[in-house]
Amino acid sequence: MLLNNRIFDHYRENMTIGDVIEVMRFTYPRLVVKVNGRLIQKSEYNSTILNENDDVKIHHLLAGG
Amino acid sequence: MNLQELKNNRKILTEYSYEKKDLYRGYTDKTLYINISNNEVKVKDVSDRMKEKFIGGKGYGMRYLWDAVTPETRWDSEENEIIVAVGPVGGITQYPGSGKSLVCTISPMTDIPIDSNVGGYFGPYLKFSGFDALEIQGKAERDVVIIIDGKEKTVRIEEAPLEAVDGHILGEQLTNMYGNSESEKRLVSVITAGTAAEHTRIGILNFTFYDLRRKTARMKQAGRGGIGTVFRNKKIKAVVVIAEEVKGNLNNAFDQGIINETGIKLHREMAHLDHLQNNMRKIGTANIIEVMDAYDLLPVHNFQYGSHPDTKKIESKVFIRDYCTQNMPDGCWYGCSVACSKAADNFELKTGPYKGHKVVVDGPEYENAAGVGANCGIFDPHAVLELNFYCDTYGIDTISYGTLTAFAMECYERGIINKEITGGLDLRFGNADASLALIHQMAKGEGFGLIAGQGVHRMKKHFVENYGADAAFLEDIGAEQKGLEYSQYMSKESLAQQGGYGLTNKGPQHDEAWLIFMDMINNQIPTFENKAEALHYFPMFRTWFGLLGLCKLPWNDIVPANNSETEEPAKIQEHVDNYHKLYYGITGTKIDSAEMIRQSERVYNFQRIFNIRMGKGLRKNDKTPYRTMGPVTKEEYLSRESNYEKQMIELGFDLTGKTVEEKIALLRKHRESQYEQLTDAVYKRRGWTMNGVPTPEKLKDLGMDLPELLEVIKPYL
Repeated sequence: MLLNNRIFDHYRENMTIGDVIEVMRFTYPRLVVKVNGRLIQKSEYNSTILNENDDVKIHHLLAGG
Repeated sequence: MNLQELKNNRKILTEYSYEKKDLYRGYTDKTLYINISNNEVKVKDVSDRMKEKFIGGKGYGMRYLWDAVTPETRWDSEENEIIVAVGPVGGITQYPGSGKSLVCTISPMTDIPIDSNVGGYFGPYLKFSGFDALEIQGKAERDVVIIIDGKEKTVRIEEAPLEAVDGHILGEQLTNMYGNSESEKRLVSVITAGTAAEHTRIGILNFTFYDLRRKTARMKQAGRGGIGTVFRNKKIKAVVVIAEEVKGNLNNAFDQGIINETGIKLHREMAHLDHLQNNMRKIGTANIIEVMDAYDLLPVHNFQYGSHPDTKKIESKVFIRDYCTQNMPDGCWYGCSVACSKAADNFELKTGPYKGHKVVVDGPEYENAAGVGANCGIFDPHAVLELNFYCDTYGIDTISYGTLTAFAMECYERGIINKEITGGLDLRFGNADASLALIHQMAKGEGFGLIAGQGVHRMKKHFVENYGADAAFLEDIGAEQKGLEYSQYMSKESLAQQGGYGLTNKGPQHDEAWLIFMDMINNQIPTFENKAEALHYFPMFRTWFGLLGLCKLPWNDIVPANNSETEEPAKIQEHVDNYHKLYYGITGTKIDSAEMIRQSERVYNFQRIFNIRMGKGLRKNDKTPYRTMGPVTKEEYLSRESNYEKQMIELGFDLTGKTVEEKIALLRKHRESQYEQLTDAVYKRRGWTMNGVPTPEKLKDLGMDLPELLEVIKPYL
């Protein structure tokens, strides 16, 4: 699985977006999540199961002070 | 001391009457010039050409400063000016964040132009009193106060021997002196510095805004680059502006309806989304303290590390729970629903000349908590707020203070300086008492405070020349560039942010570009060209706020609900479109994103050439200390060892049998080479030579091929 165009080392079967966010400790609230180009809403994070070949983007919308 | 006694000791040096010109489409097209050497006051006309090329705000500031100085001018030269300017949108009350002033001078830190933006009421009131900008030149013989009275249409310069100097006292004195009732006090705004601005190079200006609910004059700061030091060197105690009135259409906009409509849209976003996003209305910019820690980006122990287990003691919810008053309309200008100017009320000071006083502390902002807190290893929220308060009232920059204290602490812990040198201050990381003692020394102009108050750049030289410190090591660990201290973000793991700090005009302040997440976490700008594009677009986009009189926060500290569905969420295009509408609504001229960037590019390139004129602004001046690029010491390397080794293995380095020192050297060589390649790409994108000089072709394209600019760049082509 790719996470933000980098190989994701922590992939495991049946992993959800919510799991990835937890593993990566992405605590910032404003995330833009896409799986294979499809936008995933926050309400779908824990129900979206990821496949080994998925291209996942989790972008933080934070542009500083 | 009562106000009458202060007044009785005033001596009027000059009084000048003027005819007030009302605003038309955001401009008065008049500026006010005051020379305090000879007490000359005059009103200048603004030409159409000036407006076209420089727009307002920082653009006007840079143009007037250029005209006032020579390449030999230094911060304390008589001809150096302090310019306060707004911009055509500044002063509207319908759209959040529309009350910013831009302040420019030749900096005592960098010897080049500095620009610093600040909230508070002064800038808009200056406009409402008839002036798009204020230039102050010269030096007074004795302490003066300047009063710009928009009601009486007079400008007075008065000797003011008895007034206080510290910001919170003087702001209050003058607000009460010129405002006889609560409603009148709201029409007064005061610029002050503070006592430490007299003894250090890191002086700030405080701009007041009267808080009706708290019944006190609160302060926002023009913090960077030592402008307050220049102010006190000129023997100015304060500048007061008194507005005749405040109402929603004083800018005499081209189309007020567009402005109203655009403002309502953003107010709705704030009301519905802020609590789901950044909590700006609860805690302002301090909301990111714990975010930075979680992502290893919070500077700890002089930028050595990016997080600390004790950060939880100073995270935003601690300030919300224990200190900052909630549910107050904390905007620093009318109509700002972002309301991020939080304050701790009834805060009892434990040290210094105001020990035991219960005061209002304006803050903490993120930079305060990160700088005087985490970067110095201080995780005591009371100490953070007390340092925050004293920085403000003494008139010194919390960002520079945090970074320079962290540097001194690291030097102390490494034995480069000792108690004998610090005059007994035990400058260990985490020693809040020592930091507070240091700041009080700065205000008194004594002890190690005098040395530290010169900033990191000069401390490095002092330690090498007087104590035999290793110059190369201090160059590596001293977080300054061009003489200005770094602001409080870790850029080690983001090449783009190294450029965001290093490839700036005024020095390493994050207000040009903050790209850490786009780069390091999101990996959205992987190539040099991608990074260069970001280091073109964002600095130019953000420069525009400073031309117009706007605050950056309402652009990206709240975003529309559907922003994530847009093509480039990082740009927040809907808000960019809002700015196009505001510009059109005020001036009657339509612009698009391309023209917005061009307006900024004109001023940005002007400022770059101004730097060159003053002896900096070339490639060699854009180099950055290695502490901000990678691990200098073994401890830093080991704290992220697995990450560094993974990176180097991916890059194809053979680490077999290498010592830690050899690995650090390998990584350093690679990262320094990366920064050079980034510099090449950014210069190319900005239309500059590989020495960082804007080309004549670029200037012509921008309509900035002015003879005075071409003359400066000619020897470098």
